[in-house]
Amino acid sequence: MKESISIVLSGEAGQGLQTIEEFLVASIAKEYYVFSTKDVMSRIRGGNNTVQIRVASEKIYASKQTIDLLFLLNDDAFERLRTKVTKGTVIFGKKGSVKASMLEECEASFNELDVEELAKEYGKIYANTILYGFIAGIMQLNKDFCLQQIKEKFQNKSDKIVETNQKAFTVGFEKGQQYTDLFNIKSLVNPAPLKVLDGTNAVGIGALAGGCNFIASYPMSPGTGVLTFLAKKVKDFDVLVEQAEDEIAALNMVIGSWYTGARGLATTSGGGFALMVEAVSLSGMTETPCVVHIAQRPGPATGLPTRTEQADLNLAVYAGHGEFPRVVFAPGNLEDAVLLTQKAFYIADKYQVPVFILTDQYLLDSMGQMEGITLDETYLQDSIIETESGYKRYQLTENGISPRGIPGFGSGLVKVDSDEHDEAGQITESFEVRVQMNDKRLRKRAGLLESFAEAELIGNADYNTLIVGWGSTYGVLKEYVETNTDSGVAFLYVKQVYPLHEKLSTYFEQADNIIVVENNATGQLANLLKIELNVSVNHSILKYNGEPFFVDEVAQRLQEVL
Amino acid sequence: MKNFEFEQELDIAWCPGCGNFNIRTSLIEALQELELEPEQVVISSGIGQAAKMPQYIDVNYFNGLHGRALPVAVAIKAANPDLTVIAEGGDGDMYGEGGNHFIHNIRRNPNIAHLVHNNMVYGLTKGQASPTSKKSMQTPVQTSGVANEPFNPLAVALSLGATFVARAFSGYPEQTKEIIKQAITHEGYALVDIFHPCVTFNKINNFKWYKNNCYQLSADYNRNDFNMAMEKALDVEHFALGVLYQKQGQPTFEQQLPVYQNNQQPIVHRKRDLDKVSELLSL
Repeated sequence: MKESISIVLSGEAGQGLQTIEEFLVASIAKEYYVFSTKDVMSRIRGGNNTVQIRVASEKIYASKQTIDLLFLLNDDAFERLRTKVTKGTVIFGKKGSVKASMLEECEASFNELDVEELAKEYGKIYANTILYGFIAGIMQLNKDFCLQQIKEKFQNKSDKIVETNQKAFTVGFEKGQQYTDLFNIKSLVNPAPLKVLDGTNAVGIGALAGGCNFIASYPMSPGTGVLTFLAKKVKDFDVLVEQAEDEIAALNMVIGSWYTGARGLATTSGGGFALMVEAVSLSGMTETPCVVHIAQRPGPATGLPTRTEQADLNLAVYAGHGEFPRVVFAPGNLEDAVLLTQKAFYIADKYQVPVFILTDQYLLDSMGQMEGITLDETYLQDSIIETESGYKRYQLTENGISPRGIPGFGSGLVKVDSDEHDEAGQITESFEVRVQMNDKRLRKRAGLLESFAEAELIGNADYNTLIVGWGSTYGVLKEYVETNTDSGVAFLYVKQVYPLHEKLSTYFEQADNIIVVENNATGQLANLLKIELNVSVNHSILKYNGEPFFVDEVAQRLQEVL
Repeated sequence: MKNFEFEQELDIAWCPGCGNFNIRTSLIEALQELELEPEQVVISSGIGQAAKMPQYIDVNYFNGLHGRALPVAVAIKAANPDLTVIAEGGDGDMYGEGGNHFIHNIRRNPNIAHLVHNNMVYGLTKGQASPTSKKSMQTPVQTSGVANEPFNPLAVALSLGATFVARAFSGYPEQTKEIIKQAITHEGYALVDIFHPCVTFNKINNFKWYKNNCYQLSADYNRNDFNMAMEKALDVEHFALGVLYQKQGQPTFEQQLPVYQNNQQPIVHRKRDLDKVSELLSL
């Protein structure tokens, strides 16, 4: 594990934790590497939510389990966080916010800090800003930058609000400076300019980069953020946004938009995707492209609505009845959330298949820093043709791809059918045509493998132990191999989880020990590796309590099997 | 005038004497008389005998899933408002399986014509009750007779603010054609509930029954009178034929979309700007 300090803020929903998080992450990112994540209860007000901000002088992409500095904003938080508190933890809170017996038991130290009391002369709502200042003071962050941020955030309200917030910040900042000895992470001399982003925005930007101009969805956590993101971009990017009456309508609308020549997206969670399954099959049969962002959360059914899991891989791979090709991408970091989402639209368009972007609550709700990336212009190139009279939508071709026309563009007619059909799109019950059409659709697999999003090997290429992960476990596993003293360990980050290319086999052949780490209970990727590539894994490290893996935790669990 | 008929002879899957034949003729004539180009017309349909309609007309079509013709149609119209879009299917397809879409698309007021072939029975699955089946009608499934109240599509549409509500009967193809033409040219959502007999599975609501139980709206009927339209729609003893209600000048779904507020060009034809996206990633 990399040297770092983890700051946890704990309070109730509605107390403004996310605003402090955004302020802090942006100002910390100017001087350190930072990664922040949330643990949120499924309620609108009250409960116990936490934000964890991890700060380091080396690049980090994940959170750790143990807490270094804990700020309690309400009284009933401590019990829930107890397992993450060690004797090194320093707690700040109102007098009495932790029971003396509990404090004694965990041997943590306690400092009294009553931000509401400090905010008295400004008003209770300024308690947050005082806390922001206090933490910035401990870390000795650039005060001018912090004040500037406050100005930018509140300048639309009034000068007075800006001024009062800045004063409140300063009160906190000065008080925090008394505790600078608690913070011993070296700041960066010349920090590389990195973009601060969360996963939700990264997927949204990727969609725009992929030419997305239509989104129809039914709100469901944690997929809704992408809908909200695109809704804010309606005017700047010509995106047509519709909140559908249900998920069934949503994906049928998206398919209708692609049929017409738009690039449509549906964003949902596993539960919503379950309702979209019939339309996935429709996309497969009609060879009308579609892109679906599936933001995983623990299931089955309503499950744990605000928590994280990677248990919908099977659903994505097998969704829909009948047999037809599809692609599943699983980005694990911000760069890939942008790039793979962009690519999803291109692949859907080129091969006329459904493409799924499989993320999860942890990836979407976490904020981190991103390297500069170049967006690929070719991904915006449509493969739509101008039709001629006598156009056949389902022309039999060698690679399985029939030239795709859209209504009103050219003199041909675009006839699409969910029944088995002939080349012209007319219903058929011919056994021969059925086989020809089924074969044609399945032939696309070869092309999809040609466009395979390469897996990434991190660590020593001369490994004998291979850790395999997909999606949001990227950060913890990367940090593990980067800090592990045993040089015989590497991490294979699989970004395209379906279809799997057989060239991945060479990675497995080299390894004596294959360990798959997954945020689910049954080892879904491990099972897929067996089915697709006949790879048998030696160990599966699984977690399914609703939390992501933490870096310290994953190290410990890997040590157990190494 | 463009021809929406195929040159070759069609293998049509409807039973001899099926009301769908007349509706097909009415629809083709309506499209031709409106001087529409086949390339500019899209029919979105679901599943069922009625939903096979676009197969038998030489036009663009999206023949999708049971109950899902409306969401597809609405998306097509929104993505390219230059197209003339028709959603077509039967009573089970549109009012049963697609009931939720029926309700919510009336609220949207998309500029599409919605043609529902209503024969009060499930034909393709061999004679079960449909949402519009009469009470006490016996079927292979409703063996003691239908217990549920029949669904009233016209009253539902009116109550939700539909801007064009009409009923036709396939036995009067000339009138059916005229109503379809008005539905297509109406700016906004236009429902045409089209009665027709299922000669194989509905022995109660046969051709004669429709003739005896339907009547024409009088020549001086005021189609702008909502209360009168509701009264007509709620009369389930005598079924009025004609345009029960029309309200013009209501903004359509597409007109209200922010993407079309200052720019009429269909989104499918607009250029995309990657540099602008890259700006979102700059510091």
